[in-house]
This record gives sequence, C-alpha cells and structure tokens, in this order.
Amino acid sequence: MDFGLSEDQLLLKDTIKRFLAEQCPTTRVRQIMEGEAGEARRLWTQLAELGVAGVIAPASHGGLERELLDLALVAEELGYAAAPGPFLGCAMATVALNEGGDQALQDAWLPKLAAGEAVATIAWGEEHGEWTPSALQAHAAGGRLTGRKLLVPSAQIADLFVVAARDEHGGPHLFAVERDDPGVDVQPMTVNDLTRPLDVVAFTDAHAARLPNAAAVQRTLDAGLILLGADAYGGSRRCLEMACSYALTREQFGQPIGAFQAVKHQLANMAADLEPSLSLVWYAAHAFDRIQDQSTRHAALVKAHMSDLYDRVTRDSTELHGGIGFTWEFDLHLWFRRALFDRSVLGEAIYHRARAAELAGW
Amino acid sequence: MDLSYSEEYERFRTEVRQFLDDNWSEEDRNSSPPPEGQAALMGAVVRTDERATAFRLKAIERGYLYRGLPRAYGGSEQAFDPLKSAIIAEEFRVAKAPGEVVGQGPSMLAPTLVEHGTEAQKQKFVRDTLLGKIIWCQGYSEPGSGSDLASLRTRAELDGDFWVVNGQKIWTSNAKESHWMFALVRTEPDAPKHDGISYLLIDMKTPGLDVRPLRQMTGDADFNEVFFDNVRVPKENLVGPRGKGWVVSRSTLKHERALIGGSFITRRTFDGLVMVAQNAQLRGRAALKDPVLRDRLVQLETRLLASEYNGYRLLTQQSRGEDQGLAGMVMKLFTTQLSYDISRTAMDVLGDRGALARGDYNTPDMGMFSYSYMWALGILIAGGTANIQRNIIAERGLGMPRDGRR
Repeated sequence: MDFGLSEDQLLLKDTIKRFLAEQCPTTRVRQIMEGEAGEARRLWTQLAELGVAGVIAPASHGGLERELLDLALVAEELGYAAAPGPFLGCAMATVALNEGGDQALQDAWLPKLAAGEAVATIAWGEEHGEWTPSALQAHAAGGRLTGRKLLVPSAQIADLFVVAARDEHGGPHLFAVERDDPGVDVQPMTVNDLTRPLDVVAFTDAHAARLPNAAAVQRTLDAGLILLGADAYGGSRRCLEMACSYALTREQFGQPIGAFQAVKHQLANMAADLEPSLSLVWYAAHAFDRIQDQSTRHAALVKAHMSDLYDRVTRDSTELHGGIGFTWEFDLHLWFRRALFDRSVLGEAIYHRARAAELAGW
Repeated sequence: MDLSYSEEYERFRTEVRQFLDDNWSEEDRNSSPPPEGQAALMGAVVRTDERATAFRLKAIERGYLYRGLPRAYGGSEQAFDPLKSAIIAEEFRVAKAPGEVVGQGPSMLAPTLVEHGTEAQKQKFVRDTLLGKIIWCQGYSEPGSGSDLASLRTRAELDGDFWVVNGQKIWTSNAKESHWMFALVRTEPDAPKHDGISYLLIDMKTPGLDVRPLRQMTGDADFNEVFFDNVRVPKENLVGPRGKGWVVSRSTLKHERALIGGSFITRRTFDGLVMVAQNAQLRGRAALKDPVLRDRLVQLETRLLASEYNGYRLLTQQSRGEDQGLAGMVMKLFTTQLSYDISRTAMDVLGDRGALARGDYNTPDMGMFSYSYMWALGILIAGGTANIQRNIIAERGLGMPRDGRR
C-alpha cells in the first residue's frame, strides 16, 4: 500500500519545476503569448530535451516509458508555470499512437515526437460540442477523411493530426493525418488562453491512416481529461501561493492583509479544497495506468471537479489581490485564462458529470 | 504507486482474520449492535460486556489494539506501523469485533496519564479505561470560554489534602454515563492565563457535583452542563505539576491512526443518499433520474472520493514518516462541510418529507437525514469551530501572521 510518488517521479517533477522556474518566467510566457512562434517552438524543444515530450513513449522509441501518472506530474508543473506550448495535443497524440497500435506509424512518429522534432495534436471537437466518441461526425472511408474539427490545440505548429472520426462501419476510430496533406486546412480561432492556441482544422478527403485499436479512442480522451485536471491542479496551487505571498506583503491599516481573518479564511478554504483534490488527480492517473475499469469514470470526475475548482481558486485569488489582480500587467490573468481553457476544452463539467452518473448506472 | 498490500501485509491480514475467526464467533458478530451515537461517527463497535472484554484482552495480547501504549498499563506496545493499524481496523470492522474503545478516556486520558501520571494513577486508571470499564468525560469547555479555552474560570483551591472545586463546565459529552472526569481547573488565579491551570481527575459521584443534560437542536441531549459546588477532590488526583495543566493536556496518543477508515461514515451516508434517490419519487419519476440531482450527486461523490484517496495519501505519508502538513490539516473542514452537503441534498430528494423527524414511517429514510442534517452542524462546531480550523490552516499551514491576541 503506497499512495505516494516514487523517487523517480519526484525527480522528474522537480527537474521540470526547476527548469520552468529558471527558463520560463512569466516574461517569457508573455513573449510567447504575444506571438513569437519561434520562441514557442524553442521552449518546446528545451522541454523535450528534459523528457517532457516522451514521458510515456516506449524506450525503444526514445521515450522514458513511464506512466500517465508521471505525465500528469509534468502537466501539473506546466500548469503551475503557465507554460505555453503544444503539450496537451502532443501528449494525447502520443497516448493515441501508443495505444492505437499501428507499428509503422509508431516507428515513424514516436521518436520524432519524443525528441521534440515533430509536434502532434489531437483533432476531436466538433460543432455540436459533444466530446463522446459516439457523437463524432467526421468520417473516414477508403483511407480518406473528411470533417471539420474545432478547438484543435496548437494546430498551427502541428506536423501530425490524430483525428477522432467514424470509420466506414460507423464506429469511432482514430486516424493519423499529416500536415502536408493537401486536404488539411488550418485556421486560427480567437482564444482567451493565449498560452495554448486553438484552431479550426478542416479535413477534405485527406489521406488518413487508421489506428487499428478502437479502444484507443476512449483511452486518449480519458488521458486528456486527466492531464487537464492535473494542469488545473498545478495552476490552482500557483494561484493560492501567489495569494499567500501577496497577503503577507501587502499592508493595509498598518498590518499585512494576511492578518485579517476574512483573508485567512478565504485562503484556508482554497487550501482545504485543493489538498484532497490532489489525491483525486493522482488516483485518476493511477487508475488509467493500473485500474482500467475505473479510469473512464475517474477521468470524467477529475476533469469536472478540477475545472470547477480552478475557476473558483483563480477567481478568489484575483479578488484577494484587489485592483492590481485585474490588470493585464499583473500575471494572475494568465492562470485565470488557463482555467477558462481547462474548463471548456474536451467538454464542460456538467457534461462530464452527466457521463459519470450514467457510468455509475444511476 | 501501488494500492495493494505487500505479501508481508497480506500475511498479516490473514493472521488477523484467523484470529477473528478463532475468537469472535459468527454468533458474536450477529449479536453486535449496529454502532450508534458518537461511536457511529467513527464506525466503531461499542461493546464493553464481559464477552467483549475477554476478546479485547486477547486482541491486546496479540498486539492488535492500543499499539502505541506500554504493555505494563494495558497497551500492546507494538512497533509503529500505520499500515498494520489500517488492516486491523478494516478487518475488525468487517467482523463487527470490538476494537479500541471509543471515547475520550482511551484517546485522551490514557496517553496523558502514561506520559504525566504518577505510577499509582497509571495502575489505577489506564488498563480499565482501555477496556471500557471506566468511562471518562472531558471537563475542558466552560460557558464563555469557547475557542479561547485557556480563559477558563472553574477554580480549585487547596484545603489540606483536598482540592476544592467550584465553577461550571459545559458541552460535556457523556457526563451522565461517565464514572470520572478529567478536567482543567484554575489553581493559580494570579498567574498568566496559561500558567495557572491544573489537570485534575474527578470522581463523578463526589458530593457537590451536579450534571444537567443540555438539550440540543436535534432534540437529543448528548451534552451536559456540570456544576461544581465545593467538590472535594483528593490531592493525589492532580496529574503532572500544579499549574502545568495546560502542558499536560497537550499530550496525545502517539497514535497510528487508521486513516483509511476516516471517511467510512461519510461513505455510508452518501450510499444511503443514493439509495433514497433511487427509491424516492420526484414529480413522478425516480429522483435519481433528475438531471440536476444527478449533477449534485456526482459532485458530492467526487468530493467523497477525494477525501478517501486523501486518506490513502495521509496513510502513506504516515508510514513513510513524513509530515502530513496541509493534507492532514484540512480534513476536518473538508469532511464536515461534505457531510452537511450530503444531508442537505438528501433533504431536497425527500422533498416535502424532509419536514419529518427521525422515527416517522412516512418517509423512506425514517427521518434519518433530517437528523444528520442537524447533526452535521454539531460536528462543524465540535472540537474547534470551522472558523477556528480555518485560522489554524491559514496560520500553521499557509504561514499567515498569528492573531495578535494569542
């Protein structure tokens, strides 16, 4: 019985944390946000050198061959630092390739993705706003895929798209489409979270290689939900820490505002909500790795829970900062905007709770 | 991360099961009353009859109960191992076997005496307390003292070989059933408030001591007021040095806590809520099919799971010898709020039947949820109100400045 992190996991987490603290302060985040695309790519390459891009890729393909829990720890640190880049799409695409099972695609793409030489993303969202495999409208037949995908993370810089679509038998499957294909058209969307751009990708009769294992569809979605939960945890933790340090330094009426009970209580409530939720994130990731009959439901629970919580914590933290918290110049809104991303992308909380109720047989 | 128990611990579990099979028969199991009252909050079986005592003695002998207390005074003096404690608690609960006696005697008085008591006090009280033969109540709170416990005013003056106690205690759980009280009293009225307090053991049958039940909002009287009018307490019942009662009272069981069981009752309440929602009708269909209610149920369940998994995390921290920090500090606040929200949701499921009280057959839950809806407030207040918990979290956990007056 051991519900804690291993030495290796702590080391990985700590390495990423220290790298980001040194190399990715919010000044650099802002540079990337404000459109320096080359800079985004450079950061991603640096992160890939630390193993971020290949955490769960097999060792034979240049990865660390770890588990989703390890990847969730990385997501937490990226969320903590509000690190910009294509992490979510790349991570989900790697899960898809790992679990989807096409040897040739794995050989061709996993080493390049793990090294950060190529960027992949996941194309899932559609007009109707449902993220369940059974709701997909995009369709593929005879190696050709057609469909319009919304809210595709970092599609501008993606070399490979893993696309969720129906196959000729109507069942949901994942397909790999290369960026160079003439049937691919990418248009940027106007987004709130400038650290993680979203795009519309239209596929018109694009060449598509099917990933044979249909179960990878749900697994990929589950992984994405858990990673968003971990990102939300890291971001919430950061907002709490910022609020605490502000409360200790900002003085009013001759004392630090942290001496006032109203402030103390608001901080305590945030901490009380956050601490147990970390255990929930860990458990969901662990379930994905080892207790698979629970993992779809836990992925839904964690996404719903954490995105609500992230929203609350960023809001309370901003309120606690007073006017300065509401300015563009002050960094808090970076997390507030990331919270907006985490709550919206891959489906909102109410929707996932409805799924969880159904999965419980209620 | 690995949620299974290693082979060594699985062997230990097998041993515990075997012990239970050998010593706690099917008949014993079936005759154990369901836990109720305060003990139910901890999921414990409260039996202190001869059969239960004989069983407990064997379990102590085997090293299963009171692992942190010395053998000389009735404990089983085992090496620190919270995983074993967790396994023992789980298996005893499944077998409905009497585990450690629940109450303030075993959890608070016994470790205090072991640390600060005289040899005579230890011999006289500890073993019988652990077996539930002496029932204790705690005389700390006073009217007006609230969270500022050290402001207490009940005084004791030395008169020959006796302390003469005058004053009043309040919120005293189980005072009616208790044989003895461990109390904090002011013995040095001129000393600064923390320094003038002594720790005294008081026989509840002493003349001049009057217990009056205090009825609470649930209609029950779990608490009492206790009045002292020249109550004479033998000098040798002072624990630790005179005037050092505050320090003495800080002793706690260096305790392996069975943290996995911590959410046991909340889990049971939640499962009860789902069952009620399955059976109750809400505007012509099963309440459970109502989308708003389903959403709330999933939210509650998620918080419940978070607290259960946090129990795993705390247990792991404990077994690794790590500081539990914030993760442990927040649990009371988190779970009391959750209990309240579960009961509140149940009230909505019950609709108009929520107006009915415990024992009414016209509601599918027999009024249990309206009772727990009220009780949840009691838990929120007991042992330090939620606001005091928030202060502790902010000051000790998040490093905020301490309140100037303390």
